[in-house]
Amino acid sequence: MKRKLMLVLVALLALFAVSAQQKEIRVLLANHPYGDLLKSAIPEYEKATGVKVNVESLQESQLTTKLTTEFATRSSTVDVFMTRPLQEGKMFYKNGWYEPITGYDFSDYPKNAMDVASFGNKAYIVPLVTEWEVLYYRIDLLKKAGITVPTNFAELEAAAKKLHSGDIVGFASRGKGAAAVTQLSSYVYNYGGAYLDKGKAVFDSKEALEAIRFYGRMLANYGPAGVTNMSWENIMPLFQAGKIAMWTDASVFYGQIVDPSKSQVPAENVGIANFPAGPKGNTPFIVVSWGMSIAKQSKNKELAKDFIKWATSKDLAKRGMLANITMARGSVWKDAEVRAKIHPSLIATQEYAAKYGIPYDRPYMSAVGEARDLIGEVVIESINTAGTSPKLEALAKEKAAAVNALLEDTGEYGVY
Amino acid sequence: MVSKRNRGSFIEKNLHIIFPLPAVVFIIVMMLFPVLYTFFMSFTNWNLTSGMPLSFVFLSSYKRVLQEPRFIKALGRTFSFTALAVSIETVFGMVIALILNREFKAKGFTKLIMLLPLVSTPVAIGIAWNLFYDPTIGLMNFMLTQLGLPKLAWTGSASTVIPSLALVDIWQWTPMISLIMLSGLASLSNEPYESARVDGATEWQIFWHITLPMVMPTLLTAIILRTIDALKTFDIIYAMTGGGPGYASETLNIMAFKYSFEYFRMGQASVVLIILFLLVLAMSLLIVRMRKSLEL
Repeated sequence: MKRKLMLVLVALLALFAVSAQQKEIRVLLANHPYGDLLKSAIPEYEKATGVKVNVESLQESQLTTKLTTEFATRSSTVDVFMTRPLQEGKMFYKNGWYEPITGYDFSDYPKNAMDVASFGNKAYIVPLVTEWEVLYYRIDLLKKAGITVPTNFAELEAAAKKLHSGDIVGFASRGKGAAAVTQLSSYVYNYGGAYLDKGKAVFDSKEALEAIRFYGRMLANYGPAGVTNMSWENIMPLFQAGKIAMWTDASVFYGQIVDPSKSQVPAENVGIANFPAGPKGNTPFIVVSWGMSIAKQSKNKELAKDFIKWATSKDLAKRGMLANITMARGSVWKDAEVRAKIHPSLIATQEYAAKYGIPYDRPYMSAVGEARDLIGEVVIESINTAGTSPKLEALAKEKAAAVNALLEDTGEYGVY
Repeated sequence: MVSKRNRGSFIEKNLHIIFPLPAVVFIIVMMLFPVLYTFFMSFTNWNLTSGMPLSFVFLSSYKRVLQEPRFIKALGRTFSFTALAVSIETVFGMVIALILNREFKAKGFTKLIMLLPLVSTPVAIGIAWNLFYDPTIGLMNFMLTQLGLPKLAWTGSASTVIPSLALVDIWQWTPMISLIMLSGLASLSNEPYESARVDGATEWQIFWHITLPMVMPTLLTAIILRTIDALKTFDIIYAMTGGGPGYASETLNIMAFKYSFEYFRMGQASVVLIILFLLVLAMSLLIVRMRKSLEL
């Protein structure tokens, strides 16, 4: 009996020793096309290095929830994770959850991408994926109506009016409060406004309010029914079903709306164009939507660093581009093989946005989730009243004050 | 050192402690600890966006939450959603049970079909119903227009979102009430019915004076279970509207989720949860008491 027990113990110990020798890291990825690409490429990395990579994939908000819970309770064994710089970057940095990334060559990334990836003079995030706002439109419907692609807001409104019918929605964009904030940002910029300026909320300015009124009027008059409960995941099926003539949203959805297995609209009828200009020019957002970081409490920092170098390498970025993922690395956009494959209009919109765009699509602050809800209330009021609400200005002032209070609570008021 | 025999008698003597021990440990670790910890957090101002360590603020988080108009509205919505859903489920569940409470060929099959909504994944249900409810391409508006009725915005409008969500809950949970009631009806004895029929009672009189009083304990059990569950509804609302449009379908549970994982105000989120916990507790005690007095 005793001998048997001893044998089992020895066997267990031996197993433990073997598994301890095997180097392992734990990586948390998002359910995002690039996360999927990495997941399928990781066996190559394991084979080349002998390091075992334990991967978990989560939907984006669940990813934030999981990371926050693990880091806040100091129980985390995460080594590397995908992260959204504009949504959680400031908060993660403030709580000391990011490890500074040293010895990495960041020269291939545009300066405004590095601005949101760094705090002080240290980089904490390697930019992965970029997105910017564009106008998707139905080439066939515009042609039938004898309309050229709108290049400014006045043309956009006229086109939406002409295209809108009982059967076709003239114009769509996100209307679901907080989710609308990111896509509204380019409208606000093109009217000459902003969400934050010098660390203070300014979305109650005359310019921003004009933009919010225009957005509300467009969606109320020419938008899909029930738009105040619609984010991209509700609008995309409508576009794929051929019910929408024009749609402003992030460039990341192009691949899915021209995918014949998902869309009833033939790819040759789907156009992509620069976001229309407003009264104050055309500066749509272009942001780093995803990056990758090393966890501060990781016990395998050297392995993590090595992994992140591979996962954000030029080679994988090129593979991402060839899979229609718009990567943040600058050089891959110049690659001949990539340019031969990617739709020229998509490249043209990227080049425009990279040159003139603004690197924020939401108020850049720690309490961004709550601030988005507050701005979302103003957006919904505007949509519900087709932009005519007499109390919109007062509401925006009240919400701007609430956002300022949040900035004060987190010590970010007036800091920039 | 304890001898073998002594050890044996120790176990024998304390069997009444040892056997329930695993269950007790489970309840303490998985249920009691989280509740107590939430209670502890509700007295702090733990807030991850500030990057500050948590500090004890006693009742100020309670004060802040209770003064929030958004909280009062969420509280009202939690009740209106529950009342709407559970009352209709009870009536429909009862009616369906009465209809099914007779011998017919496909009885087993019908019961099986009725079980299906109960075993479906809530998030999948939410996604499917979202497609039904889509005002432009959805099935519901298609049916309304076929019937010559005006289209509705369903979950897309603040005025219709709560009834729309309650409808999903009703679709999913009415069968549960029916199944509980069916087992209750099956256990009734035949004698009172026979004598009532001899006395010439109408079907309605039989239901009102005989069936209903006799199944009341079962019915109340079903209502308790549903009420507690409906007060805590999270998955369907989260998957379908996330509390929107605006905050129009935000119940206490959704509010607590947003406060903790979107606003990262852990202290105040705990306050909302503690209040929800007390509400559910009070409701269950109330109904249990009602049930007892009914049995007397």
